Amino acid sequence: MSILAYNGGAVVAMKGQDCVAIATDKRYGIQAQTVSTNFPKVYQMGPSLFVGLPGLATDTQTVFQRLKFRMNLYELKENRIMRPKTFSAMLSNLLYERRFGPYFIEPVIAGLDPYDNQPYVCNMDLIGCPNEPEDFVVSGTCSEQLYGMCEALWEPNLKPDELFETISQALVNAADRDAISGWGAVVYIIEKDKITEKHVKTRMD
Amino acid sequence: MLSVSGNFPEYAVPGAKQVRFEPYADNGGSVVAIAGEDYAVIGADTRLSTGFSIYTREQKKLFKLSDRTVLGATGCWCDTLTLTRLLQARMQMYEHEHNKSMSTPAVAQMLSTMLYYKRFFPYYISNVLAGLDADGKGCVYSYDPIGHCERSNYRAGGSAGAQLQPLLDNQIGLKNMQNVTEAPLPKEKALSLLKDVFISAAERDIYTGDCIYILVITANGIQEEKFELRKD
Amino acid sequence: MASVLAPEISSSGFSFENCQRNAFLAQKGFPAPKATKTGTTIVGIIYADGVILGADTRATENTVVSDKNCQKIHYLAGNMYCCGAGTAADTEMTTQTVASQLELQRLHTGRTVPVETAATLLKRMLFRYQGHIGAALVLGGVDRTGPHIYCIYPHGSVDKLPYATMGSGSLAAMAVFESGWKPKMTEEEGKKLVRDAIAAGIFNDLGSGSNVDICVIRNSGPAQYLRTYEEANVKGKKQGSYRYAPGTTAVLKQRVIPLEVESVAVHPVQPMEVEPASSRR
Repeated sequence: MSILAYNGGAVVAMKGQDCVAIATDKRYGIQAQTVSTNFPKVYQMGPSLFVGLPGLATDTQTVFQRLKFRMNLYELKENRIMRPKTFSAMLSNLLYERRFGPYFIEPVIAGLDPYDNQPYVCNMDLIGCPNEPEDFVVSGTCSEQLYGMCEALWEPNLKPDELFETISQALVNAADRDAISGWGAVVYIIEKDKITEKHVKTRMD
Repeated sequence: MLSVSGNFPEYAVPGAKQVRFEPYADNGGSVVAIAGEDYAVIGADTRLSTGFSIYTREQKKLFKLSDRTVLGATGCWCDTLTLTRLLQARMQMYEHEHNKSMSTPAVAQMLSTMLYYKRFFPYYISNVLAGLDADGKGCVYSYDPIGHCERSNYRAGGSAGAQLQPLLDNQIGLKNMQNVTEAPLPKEKALSLLKDVFISAAERDIYTGDCIYILVITANGIQEEKFELRKD
Repeated sequence: MASVLAPEISSSGFSFENCQRNAFLAQKGFPAPKATKTGTTIVGIIYADGVILGADTRATENTVVSDKNCQKIHYLAGNMYCCGAGTAADTEMTTQTVASQLELQRLHTGRTVPVETAATLLKRMLFRYQGHIGAALVLGGVDRTGPHIYCIYPHGSVDKLPYATMGSGSLAAMAVFESGWKPKMTEEEGKKLVRDAIAAGIFNDLGSGSNVDICVIRNSGPAQYLRTYEEANVKGKKQGSYRYAPGTTAVLKQRVIPLEVESVAVHPVQPMEVEPASSRR
């Protein structure tokens, strides 16, 4: 079994029209045994910047803390907030530094650029190869299911409320076909003047 | 583990060498079947491949077992050929013995038995059987390689099964949706959905592509249809 | 001394802090997962007036396509580019490292860096890591000695060829080159041949797919990067629409975090003060 599937979990992010969304499930388990149903894998890193770190839970937390540390240092030194693209370069370097002893996470980054409000999504493999597509990114134990859902559901220029329905349905239906993801979900819709956090109702089995 | 032959090949004693027998090949491919009130549609892509190469772009993976039963089979292609040959032979024997053709549920049960018969050297196939039952209603049966059988209204199988299934759950099973009313699925909607899930799968699964071969089973017989997919 | 305010800057290079833990996990039956591979077709040829590089744009994780339009032709310097196959992160980072070394070299010497230098830097780097950095590269560029194509293998061996292919689609592409390549081809002929070679990989190799990228580096003038030279495959047109009516998804609770919209002028990026303002023009 892959160590990436030890704790289970899924994250997906999508671009919309002047907005982005990122969604995560809430399960934390040890292999097939569910331990907690309140373990979102998405963290807010800046006013309109989020990162999802599905994979081995211990590394999720370690990498989050290392990122927060590096990011605080950057913002203190530079006296400006970090752009999403800079953030993913930083994360990519952090992961590739451990090329021969990696952290077992496959990150997803979503945010609006604080300077020109352009939507940005990005995902990486566990050694930090960035992928910045024009539509959506997925990661986690049900990534195959998510790919199938997103390829069918996503369309360009979705408005924030449409984007919410699309990303929620993609995540929830994908997680239902994976035994180690689900147990609740959180969706963040990021717009230039507000962030909406919605807890979605899902199957709890 | 330290082993003489693995870690110190210079010191290995020449003698009996064990080579693993690999009896299975994975030839990829995906199937989707959807059952309606008075019809069933089943589609499979036509790419036959192994590893990183394509054998052919036009291999039909659907087998018309009778005028109301179709089997879709993907996985190890040589196993598929053998299984369908035996299946057809046994259906013919049934017909001669009972003087009638087998109903879809009967074929479904026989297929399960035939798969379980090979419990310890299974056929490496994911089977999806579609057709009309004795009452003329559409039905879909899906199997694991050793004969577990389940009747449902829709099913995806094969190399892109995981990518195809959740959208069917959502669009046909109406899972996780509020304010929707259940209504019988029209045939046209089923066909367009089948094409759409394959378009998605062809984007992301390297073993799915080229073309979909679709069979529509109704009381009037079986109609064929083809739909092009991406070829890379 | 490290402190909270002045933390120690970590030394450059790879960190092996997780290796012991990961080896322990592997021993317990959790082997390290595979990274994204670019099962790839990459090619390069020499033509009459320089070199042409080509690549497909698919990245795969096992049998799933993880990136449909990735860039496999990497910038090294103004006069040379490098196509990468193998582990995606390795090709990306190796070419970035070498690109920065080449730029420093250029600034140090004040001359266009020869392609040979890049080939040497790459092969030394790869040889040092004994094949553990899984990058298979096709390096192409021009310098004062003319056009050059190098093939660099993950273990650090180098081929210098007039036409080269790499990646899982290399056989399909080489078949096209072997039948079609000739010395002193024109730019149009060259581009056509490279396109055909990449298309052969895209259609016949399952690890390669999507679009054709081409980069032309002429003896005279700057390199021309033709991103998506040809869209070899387009996504099928969806039959239905899958937009949901508002309220389809059940929401348990909701929270709105308003953001203060800061004007961009609040934090303008100031150029660093490097010389007295009076001497600046």
